[in-house]
Amino acid sequence: MSWSVAAFGVWPYVALAVFVVGHVWRWRSDQMGWTTRSSQISEKRLLAWGSPLFHVGMLAVLLGHAAGLLVPASVTTALGISEHAYHLLAVTAGTISGTVLATGVVLLLLRRFVLKARLRLVTRRADVVMYVVSAVVIFCGMWATLQHNVLGAGYDYRETIAVWFRSIFAANPSVDLMVGVPFLYQVHVVAAFALIAVWPFSRLVHVWSVPVGYLTRPLIVYRAGRQTSELVRPSAVSGSGGSDYPVRRAR
Amino acid sequence: MRVMASVAMVMNLDKCLGCSTCSVTCKQTWTNRDGTDYVWFNNVETRPGVGYPASWEDQGRWRGGWGLDGSGRLRLRSGGRVRRLSRIFANPEMPSLDDYYEPATYDFDMLLSAPAGEHMPVARPLSAVTGLPMAIERGPNWDDDLGGSSIYAASDPNLTALHDQGLGDQVRLEFEKTFMFHLPRICNHCLNPACVAACPSGAMYKREQDGIVLADQDRCRGWRMCVSACPYKKVFMNRLTGKAEKCTFCFPRVEQGLPTVCAETCVGRLRYLGLVLYDLDAVEQAAATEDPTLLVEAQRAVFLDPNDPAVIAQAEADGIARDWIAAAQASPVWALVMKHKVALPLHPEHRTLPMVWYIPPLSPVLTATTQMGGDNTDADDVFHAVASMRIPMAYLAQLFTAGDVDLVAGTLMRLAAVRTHMRALTTGVGRDAATPVGLSGADLEELYRLLAIAKPAQRYVIPRAHREDAARLASWVTGCALDSPGGVGMSPTGAPAS
Ligand code: SF4
Ligand code: SF4
Repeated sequence: MSWSVAAFGVWPYVALAVFVVGHVWRWRSDQMGWTTRSSQISEKRLLAWGSPLFHVGMLAVLLGHAAGLLVPASVTTALGISEHAYHLLAVTAGTISGTVLATGVVLLLLRRFVLKARLRLVTRRADVVMYVVSAVVIFCGMWATLQHNVLGAGYDYRETIAVWFRSIFAANPSVDLMVGVPFLYQVHVVAAFALIAVWPFSRLVHVWSVPVGYLTRPLIVYRAGRQTSELVRPSAVSGSGGSDYPVRRAR
Repeated sequence: MRVMASVAMVMNLDKCLGCSTCSVTCKQTWTNRDGTDYVWFNNVETRPGVGYPASWEDQGRWRGGWGLDGSGRLRLRSGGRVRRLSRIFANPEMPSLDDYYEPATYDFDMLLSAPAGEHMPVARPLSAVTGLPMAIERGPNWDDDLGGSSIYAASDPNLTALHDQGLGDQVRLEFEKTFMFHLPRICNHCLNPACVAACPSGAMYKREQDGIVLADQDRCRGWRMCVSACPYKKVFMNRLTGKAEKCTFCFPRVEQGLPTVCAETCVGRLRYLGLVLYDLDAVEQAAATEDPTLLVEAQRAVFLDPNDPAVIAQAEADGIARDWIAAAQASPVWALVMKHKVALPLHPEHRTLPMVWYIPPLSPVLTATTQMGGDNTDADDVFHAVASMRIPMAYLAQLFTAGDVDLVAGTLMRLAAVRTHMRALTTGVGRDAATPVGLSGADLEELYRLLAIAKPAQRYVIPRAHREDAARLASWVTGCALDSPGGVGMSPTGAPAS
């Protein structure tokens, strides 16, 4: 198996399988750990800027990716959007949201790994892995865009990466299309699937708990009778709710 | 009318010696874990003072509790649902660890491992948060007994409010001379809980059967809105799990008919536990009472007389068991809050309708009566003192009646009448103290028994949870941790948790 088949033909499926199975396992076994694991209580100054910038930037970038990867070039052309106009729009919107996202990430990384005193002992292995992988994804993506599309002649990923991406879901990955793709994009893509594999084991699961139900439910929640989940469980009482909470040491 | 039963507590502030036994036993029971090291479900603060977390009463900063919108409807002070969701990435109104305090331990190891030398080894304080050496500059009760009052008591948000009324500067001086008391605080298990209303994931909830407000550890997703929404700052974020935790009203004990740990271990024996029947349908309207000074009476009107045949019939129709109705009839909370009206809720102006009420402190008034040359066993002299102690009364009114001084004064006069009446009974000297405060001699004697000599059986009237639930309950209490995911030994790595 050549490296390209491994990276673009097999790895995406491995990552997606881990993503699905991992989520099922995590949901069923670890409601207690299913949380944002917000550290605002420990540090809030940098978070006040970093977190909103990161989240808003990320949402915009994801929307951009959805448009770029899922909508075939033929559709936008049929809609009468010229290739040039599309390129201009994508690069402008992408650069703005990418900058917002990158600023947020830098602040969050700074907060967690440089000015870390308060967060040192609450940062878990899963957090470190998640931060490293997302940083690689984000910075490769930003760099590739900068090098090829802002400063460079322009790289039309809609003819290669997007087609390949859609082919994954058709269960017939066009690995060949990815071979000639610029290196930064390749790293971006492989790391992105790594992030997908890490997802269910990290705090990223909170994405699935976006509280939309809050908008319509009655404000005061009553619960009748007793349910297992309402009890403060032994795990919560003994403080052993997760696998690798750092144990506080005296020195 | 829909009849519901709620557990409730009354604390007699006159008897609190500020020993903090309640805080310590509560902590040992519920929050002696990493991550909750800074958390005190029960804390005792000195008044005047800033409390814990510092300046928790300053709703300008935290926007806790409820307000009324333009058309008089209840609305959380932190805004509508959409505003709250928009603050989900970073909640600007949430206190940080600095507003509580940085928990610390000491480098005790040094005492044993230091090499022999000329000087005694010293155990330096180490931050429990960072593990690094730190200077301890704040604690959960840093201004205990008015320590450092020129800094701390002076920044008491209630005093700021008085200042705005033009009573400011005298307060500091007079207070420190005549007036200090301790205020033990737990979650109030409110009838209209702001924490529950603010929780985006529906993890905070009120139990239908007994009104206890809990944070579901499985459903909390760490959105943190409950922390800022509680005007009493009685929901806490676990630093390690990132989930909300709060006072449980010791529900595993209460379900067995046992008092909460804080009540059971209270040295001053000042806590009373009992049931209150209330009308669920009346809660919202009462909480929306326009004039904040009428909120205490509005909340009293939500409570239902457990001896009223109509209430009993409806309670039975609504599924409340006979023994629970009987417990409500014998409830010391009912007697203190409703029958004799000597208890008041803390900060009713936040419209959460708290279920922990306080008997305001009379002893500072008695001291002042003596200082003013009066006889503190004589109701008239005490009434006179109550009426003339403008500043302490205004301060108590800030705490307990949304500013209604007369309501506080009336409550204190009833307490003074108990003393005078009992003195007259035992010594044969003294005058009728009952009539001026609108109670009978028998009432005052009952109050005396309840306040002064009541045994635990009268102070804690808690019906057991129903037998139908007992099997499941027992299986939890004695159950195997391996039965549930996330239990000991069920950690993802399979390694037993240390
Ligand atoms: S006092 Fe308790 S029930 Fe009331 S709002 Fe605060 S946490 Fe909720
Ligand atoms: S144990 Fe009782 S007397 Fe001591 S501080 Fe607590 S409430 Fe006050």
